[in-house]
Amino acid sequence: MEGELALMGKYIGAGLATIGLGGAGIGVGHVAGNFLAGALRNPSAAAGQTATLFVGIAFAEALGIFSFLIALLLMFAV
Amino acid sequence: MATEAGGAAQSVGMPQLDFTTYGNQIFWLVVALVAIYLLLTRIALPRIGAVLAERKGTVANDLAAAEDLKERASAAEAAYQKALADARAEAARIIAEAKAEIQADLARALAEADADISARAAESERRIAEIRASAMQSVAEVARDTAAELVAVLGGSADAAALEAAVGARMKGQPS
Amino acid sequence: MAAEGGGLQIHPMDQFIVKPLFGEGAVHWYTPTNVTLWLMLAVVAIGLLMVVGTRRRAVVPSRSQSVAELIYGFIHNMVEDVAGHDGVKYFPYVMTLFLFVLFANLLGLIPMSFTTTSHVAVTATLALAVFLGVTLLGLARKGVGFLAMFWVSSAPLALRPILAVIELISYFVRPVSHSIRLAGNLMAGHAVLKVFAGFASVALVSPVAIGAMTAIYALELLVSVIQAYVFTILTCVYLKDAVGDAHH
Repeated sequence: MEGELALMGKYIGAGLATIGLGGAGIGVGHVAGNFLAGALRNPSAAAGQTATLFVGIAFAEALGIFSFLIALLLMFAV
Repeated sequence: MATEAGGAAQSVGMPQLDFTTYGNQIFWLVVALVAIYLLLTRIALPRIGAVLAERKGTVANDLAAAEDLKERASAAEAAYQKALADARAEAARIIAEAKAEIQADLARALAEADADISARAAESERRIAEIRASAMQSVAEVARDTAAELVAVLGGSADAAALEAAVGARMKGQPS
Repeated sequence: MAAEGGGLQIHPMDQFIVKPLFGEGAVHWYTPTNVTLWLMLAVVAIGLLMVVGTRRRAVVPSRSQSVAELIYGFIHNMVEDVAGHDGVKYFPYVMTLFLFVLFANLLGLIPMSFTTTSHVAVTATLALAVFLGVTLLGLARKGVGFLAMFWVSSAPLALRPILAVIELISYFVRPVSHSIRLAGNLMAGHAVLKVFAGFASVALVSPVAIGAMTAIYALELLVSVIQAYVFTILTCVYLKDAVGDAHH
């Protein structure tokens, strides 16, 4: 019974942890959207900044990956 | 595949967290990385770098050759233009010469003609004057004779000198 | 594990199990495993592209040679732009990392294959190598000056110790995020593929599941390349801290 309860908690926790992915989505969307807005204002400067764009996206995405990782850890490792 | 989950999966759940395999993975990863690094630094990267440099050199050479050819073409064009200009100048000179010659000929002919004409005119003038003088002479003689005749008819006798003077005075008063 | 009793038997994580290549038994550090196989296949693929593909050294390149040259120029420019001129001499290391990650990601997309870069052990080794290499390089080149990176001189004096702590923490989190990002992306993608593959065994939803798998497979191709790019460009960013000017 107690094991079942713990299992339930794990699954609920894992599900809750995936909410973090939404935050990562918002962050990545923000980065990409602002890049596009800036790029449309000054298209000539956009090409030189794609590296910055990807680094920004990577940083924003990393946090989402962390929450995914927590979900996986709850599911399989705890 | 799905059903043959081994013992490792059952015990750990997440294969990524199965620390017993870490040594194995890291060992083979290092082997692979060293192999890739050696492949790249010993063979691939120098080769590609050399090819890129060679291509750059070839392209630069070709560009230089093209530049050279272009220069030669423009030099040839300049020479052609110069020849053309020379030919034009020569032609213009010849035309001017011919024109001047013709002009001179024309002027000479005109002058000759003018001289001829004026000589003839002078001759005619002179002859007209001669004719006129002789005509006047004749008129005076006729007038004198007529006057003497008239005087004789009228019963007078006129001496020649008075008659001459009278006729001369009359003829002087009238324009010829 | 997840599914008990009847119904769907989906084991999305089974594809990541490390198994000996020949026979059964324990995995010792020297045992040739499926990890070994796919690592070596990555080496072979890189050799095929970068060595065999360029063997003719043609001035007018063949198809494989232009791909190799394209990757060379791409990474070379990236190192030069991001890490600066001093970073160019570390270009072979960056190139090794990029090619390895790219080919491991792409080979992992072959059905029934094993994705080496989805294992934290592999990516953490790569990230730790970058982290230690950059830190040691920075200390060797700049000495104590390297530590000035944590002391934000443009901030007010009272804030600097707090900022230093934050900078220090973010510096040490670097290898964690660097490795987890790569492993997590690939693991997630492959697990999702596997889940949809499990759904495909139910006749009712199998067309949807197969369509979704196709779409996710295309997305995973993109992710594979982008993650390799991101891993490399972050390496270059870290490298800049070690070799670039402090005031750029």
